[in-house]
Amino acid sequence: MTAGTTTRPGTGTRGSRILGVLALAGLAWLVIFGFLLSPADEVQGDSVRLMYVHVPSAWLAYLAFGVTAFCSLMYLWKRTRSLAWDRIAGCSAEIGLLFTGLALVTGMTWGQVTWGHVWDWGDARLVTTALLFLLFVGYVALRRLPAAPHVRAKRAAVAGIIAFLDVPLVHQSVEWFRTLHQSPTILRKDLDPQIDGVMLFSVFVGVVAFTLVYVWLLVHRNRVAMMEARLEAGGLEQALAERRGEPVGTAAVGS
Amino acid sequence: MLRTALLVAGKDLRIEWRSKVGMVQVLPFAMAVLVLFAFALDGNRSTLRDVTPGLAWIAMLLSLLLGVQRAFGPETVDGALDALRLSGLEPAGVFLGKAAALAAQLLALGTLLGIGVALFYGPDAPGVGGWVVLVTTVVVATTGLAAVGTIYGALSAGIRVRDTLLPILVLPVVMPVLIAATRAVEASLGIRAELTDAWPWVGLLAVFTLAYTALGLLAFGPLLEET
Repeated sequence: MTAGTTTRPGTGTRGSRILGVLALAGLAWLVIFGFLLSPADEVQGDSVRLMYVHVPSAWLAYLAFGVTAFCSLMYLWKRTRSLAWDRIAGCSAEIGLLFTGLALVTGMTWGQVTWGHVWDWGDARLVTTALLFLLFVGYVALRRLPAAPHVRAKRAAVAGIIAFLDVPLVHQSVEWFRTLHQSPTILRKDLDPQIDGVMLFSVFVGVVAFTLVYVWLLVHRNRVAMMEARLEAGGLEQALAERRGEPVGTAAVGS
Repeated sequence: MLRTALLVAGKDLRIEWRSKVGMVQVLPFAMAVLVLFAFALDGNRSTLRDVTPGLAWIAMLLSLLLGVQRAFGPETVDGALDALRLSGLEPAGVFLGKAAALAAQLLALGTLLGIGVALFYGPDAPGVGGWVVLVTTVVVATTGLAAVGTIYGALSAGIRVRDTLLPILVLPVVMPVLIAATRAVEASLGIRAELTDAWPWVGLLAVFTLAYTALGLLAFGPLLEET
């Protein structure tokens, strides 16, 4: 890693490049399965193909925020307290927002096609996802405020846990609120998936491809965050040193 | 821990009592919100009666934001927070005290709001069972709101943009309280629900309150350390 970063600017390394190629291949695989190999649904027609993006995005939203909560816990626990946990928590939340947004947009598109309207307050999962989005927008907004690294990390960790703790409560309340969402078809209690084999496999392909994309984004975002932290810590000293190194008199020309 | 809690709660309530800000600003604000809703809904009494619980709880949530800012306003000036830290009080006790003081203020506000709602929107009076549900709901929900509010208050103490940050942090988190408390109060007043429908909602509120009280007890130490 060190050799790569000193010679070429950027956050890529051999490992992350392999990961990136795998993620791209996964996406290509998903496109082939989603558009060519899987059939259109008897009832829903081609709109069922949205599922191959919608389901993986929703899964990743939960995974990403779960990672944020886990890293927040690790940070708050004194024995494992390290800014690395804080950094990963923040990066994962940002990527989580991306996938939550994607899940919402595909869900709303599907709603427009199937229900005839974009939004339905009776749909528990749609409303829960929207709230999840808002919860973590607040978290990211909090992170962006300037503060000493450990102060910011502590605030963010507590806020991340508060937000994640809220998810089951939100879900339960919205669930009871009234529901007309499709009842879960993949995780049915009798363990007999009610969808076509190729379709199910395409969803699976989507989950794998999106997870690879998530890991790739996380690796790169984390490295950028590391550089930001280093710049924040050493930036002022370096600027001062450079300023001192300048020949006397240049400042006068500028002013 | 309880002694600390009592000390801190007493201090907060005394400050609030002497400044009278709650009485001359927060309460009128909440009442103004009720009047706004009435105008927005055309002052239609039958509509207003149906949506009374939801509107009252929204007024409570907005007041909660003001209450949280009030509770941590005095702590952030003149190095009061440093003094609190140096005093050697248990952070968990400080949390309990501040949350209790906030809950007490919210309860008082909720009672007055309830009277206002009864006068302006005219919901049917609940029966004995309805009162039990109503009071339980208000007490449990207010405690939960105070717990979340106190954590976020401490978390955002000393942040320059606190006033704009708090709503975006607090409002999504208390959404389950809005839903559950609204349904429970609806059931207690017999609006579109039976009295027995209220108990699952009260249970949800209790889980919310317990979860965030526990989190506050654990998290207040790290939060007070250096913020």
